[in-house]
Amino acid sequence: MLLRLISPLMNLIDLPMQFLQRRFGITRLAWVFLLPNLLLFGTFAFLPILLNFAYAFTGTDKILLMERSFVGTENFVQLLDCDNYLDPNTCVRDLFWRSVHNTAWFIVLQVGFMVGLSLLTALVLNRKIRARGFFRAVFFFPVLLSPVVVALIWKWVLQRNGILNAGLEAVGLESVVWMLDRHWAFFWSVFLSVWAHMGFYTLILLAGLQAIPRDVYEAAVMDAANPWRTFRRITLPLLMPTMLVVLVLALIKGVQTFDEVYAFSGGGPGSATTLIIQYIYETGFAGAPRLFGPAAAASLLLALLLVVLTGVQLWITRRSSNG
Amino acid sequence: MGSAGRFLTRTRGRGRLHWTDWLTYGYLVLGIFLMFGPVIWLVFSSFKTDAELDRFPPRFLPYAQQTVSLDGYDKPLPLFRVTGGDLEGEVVAQVRRIGLTAQVVRPDAPGEVIKIARGERVPVERVRLATENYRDLFERFDFMRYFWNSTFITLVATAITLLVNSMAAFALSKYQFRGRAVVMALVIGVLMVPQSVVLVPLFMVTREFGMLDSLWGVIIPGAATPTGVFLLRQYMLTIPDEILDAARMDKASEWKIFWRIILPLSAPAIAVLAILSIMWRWNDFLWPLIALSRSENYTLQLALNSFQGEMHTQWSSLLAMTVLTLLPVALVFAFLQKYIATGIASTGGK
Amino acid sequence: MAGEQKPVDTSRRARLELRGVKKSFGGAEVIRGVDLHVEQGEFCVFVGPSGCGKSTLLRMISGLEDISAGEVRIGDEVVNDIPAAERGLAMVFQSYALYPHMTVRQNLSFGLENLRTPRAEIATKVDEVAAMLQIDGLLDRRPKDLSGGQRQRVAIGRAVVREPRIFLFDEPLSNLDAELRVEMRGEISRLHGRLGNTMIYVTHDQVEAMTMADKIVVLRDGRVEQTGAPLELYNRPANLFVAGFIGSPRMNFLSGSVEGGRLRLENGEAVRLPEEGFSLREGSAVTLGIRPNHLFPAAGEGSGLHATVRSIEQLGGDSYIYAATPTGDQVTLHRPGQTDLQIGTDVYLDHDPQVAHLFDSTNGQSLRQV
Repeated sequence: MLLRLISPLMNLIDLPMQFLQRRFGITRLAWVFLLPNLLLFGTFAFLPILLNFAYAFTGTDKILLMERSFVGTENFVQLLDCDNYLDPNTCVRDLFWRSVHNTAWFIVLQVGFMVGLSLLTALVLNRKIRARGFFRAVFFFPVLLSPVVVALIWKWVLQRNGILNAGLEAVGLESVVWMLDRHWAFFWSVFLSVWAHMGFYTLILLAGLQAIPRDVYEAAVMDAANPWRTFRRITLPLLMPTMLVVLVLALIKGVQTFDEVYAFSGGGPGSATTLIIQYIYETGFAGAPRLFGPAAAASLLLALLLVVLTGVQLWITRRSSNG
Repeated sequence: MGSAGRFLTRTRGRGRLHWTDWLTYGYLVLGIFLMFGPVIWLVFSSFKTDAELDRFPPRFLPYAQQTVSLDGYDKPLPLFRVTGGDLEGEVVAQVRRIGLTAQVVRPDAPGEVIKIARGERVPVERVRLATENYRDLFERFDFMRYFWNSTFITLVATAITLLVNSMAAFALSKYQFRGRAVVMALVIGVLMVPQSVVLVPLFMVTREFGMLDSLWGVIIPGAATPTGVFLLRQYMLTIPDEILDAARMDKASEWKIFWRIILPLSAPAIAVLAILSIMWRWNDFLWPLIALSRSENYTLQLALNSFQGEMHTQWSSLLAMTVLTLLPVALVFAFLQKYIATGIASTGGK
Repeated sequence: MAGEQKPVDTSRRARLELRGVKKSFGGAEVIRGVDLHVEQGEFCVFVGPSGCGKSTLLRMISGLEDISAGEVRIGDEVVNDIPAAERGLAMVFQSYALYPHMTVRQNLSFGLENLRTPRAEIATKVDEVAAMLQIDGLLDRRPKDLSGGQRQRVAIGRAVVREPRIFLFDEPLSNLDAELRVEMRGEISRLHGRLGNTMIYVTHDQVEAMTMADKIVVLRDGRVEQTGAPLELYNRPANLFVAGFIGSPRMNFLSGSVEGGRLRLENGEAVRLPEEGFSLREGSAVTLGIRPNHLFPAAGEGSGLHATVRSIEQLGGDSYIYAATPTGDQVTLHRPGQTDLQIGTDVYLDHDPQVAHLFDSTNGQSLRQV
């Protein structure tokens, strides 16, 4: 039915395309096919990348570039001006450094737990179990939930009169106001992020495990390898390329975390769970005046990190697909 | 050590359940509890009245106090069972509460007001779904508008993404032309720098196009995805070039080859990209948060987020709205579970 | 197979015995009660069409597959409940199943490491086996850098290094091309001669079975059809299935009834039957089996089995003539040298009753008197 709708439209495009084909020849027609995509990339990806530099080196709260004044490296100097990088309070942009610290801790914990738990879950799902499809779905479905929904689900569980506190009191413990304690709020931010994304990495690792041929395991059995040695000497090394991909992917996504944590804690209490993207968002868009310069400068630093990480990821995938 | 190892590999004790199997199923049951539990709790809670939501410790099922409409009273009166004093065991309707006493009437004699102690009565309750939580969403809040905004953005953006990305992938997989390597490098470049790190200039560009605070301002900037180009190109490379040559011998134009031959043959990859795009768009948060400012343009995600700020005490509406937001995803997932999983695993995400 | 001959270590040889072995998957029985002896040092080949259960039976002996009923004995020990690793066997897999991330040396060493063999001893053994299999130049390569034949040698080497009580081969040559297959066939036979171990070898190729085996076990539908030395199976097949399966080209079959010491075909023609060695009952339905090389054009016109030539294959040294009888049976003639027969000509065929086979048409069993 949908096809019947699109079909006349596509035939309509055929006429001008035939004209272009006669005019330019088949090979140069490739550019016509590329054009819409390249226009969108150019306008909404490349132009912004270039403009980002322009914003990073200019000041004032004006959005139009010609109204902005050149300030040189001032934005960077301020961002990086710290007496002690380990103590955000000694920095000029203390909130930026707090968000950097938070993000660093967040990544270490989130990626660590995520990769560990995904591996464990993938190994469990790879065993001879009943209803594997069902259990795979159980671990996977939160991946599809929107970040705001994830945040609200856990907010409701963790609220002062929530079910978790009820459970604590039922076993004789005291209830906790989770969201007002900076450490707990941070812990639950990491927790819900792992909860939401774990299924995705589990799926990739499970596919990696299932790609290991069965008869290699059988050969190991015949070679009298005990299960622990089979895991260490066969499973782990053969899973390593997949593990690396998962690790880098998790890092790339980890540094960009914003949605679910922002909707969950709003960055609080105080700035205990403010991550880098939230800093950029609040500096550039939510506050008054809108400090586009520092926001762009911070974006640039983050982009640099992402370029390196994505480069590593592409290198790994290429190497493992060639190998 | 051996047994711990056995847990980590495929093999299993023969016949009877090994203790590692118990461990496995224990883990899986814990998994169900942790992954499903909170969602189920949310759904149950969304059917509770505000009074019940405030209750601590909470009860699992949604209870509501029973009421009765009596002559001479405007509103339905809440029912109580008396636990002490003269009326012990009787069910009465409460007219008013003053300090430590409550004025009640017998339902069969609404004229005769009796005073009892507050501590000597418990509410008469039964399980009832507070569907008014949901009704309110449609009546008091503009739920349908947000739903429509989200749907519109999702469908239109996905359609544009599919068309634009498949055209580019076709050119990059089936034509040998100078500059192809450069274009591929550009695509990788875009992959490296996601939207979230060019927010400021993207904001400016969108503003210059006059698309700020409109649905198009959400749709267009992300319409061409590098992931989509990669995914489709990879698939189209597996289609033999002889098919194109055969079509050319049949005098098919290049556009016809694209849309009558390449597109249908790439259907599996296109389906995967469609599912991914729908998911990204429906759940998108950061860019809409920046690009949309008037609340009538809000997507469901934005509305949900702003409601949780405005109505932090009114959980009943918030929970119902959360459930409605996750419902489409749950439905799609239930039907396409296997397909989504393989699709997402094959691309390695965004 | 370089290197000097070593005295054969008979302590590593083991006898294998299966008693009423059964296997079912779900409700389906795939091995339906197998009884079998494999003597010490014997080269035993399981052969049968695909799906006959031969690989399953091998995997049950190896311990990779559970045994639903019956007993597997290695030496004097019932091994049903002994894990695969502890049965003292080694297996060569159809796909080789080399460890892709390990070098050849690591592949060969892995099993010995698992048995906590001292390092120096492992090195000596690996070098020795590598030299024997001519893979000593490949020890630092990974499987993906090896050719099919080299991988095959590594897979065999991995088994040899373990010095198993019994070698198990699961269709090891099926992934090689024809020339290499003949070469490896010879090598495995020589390996057996040299090591003297008990070996069990699964194949669907009856040529492999005939050329390599001391003892062939023909399997069909999870049952043993016949067990015996290659020529015994060829010369005295116990039933129609074995007769048809062993020997290439396939044995010709003609069915009819016994009438006055001759075989009366459907269309009334009569064919000579063996005069002795078989129990003949007048009027009973029997099937006559004649190997293609025992069938030849009759000396005199107009006598013998009438057939029309349908196609001819001239190989120079041999000729194969495919003909059809009026009753629709296909018959094959294998003649030495070259033939001047033409397609479409009618021929009369005769055979040597002394080497013919006779089977009961109703149950397929041989009518040979023991």
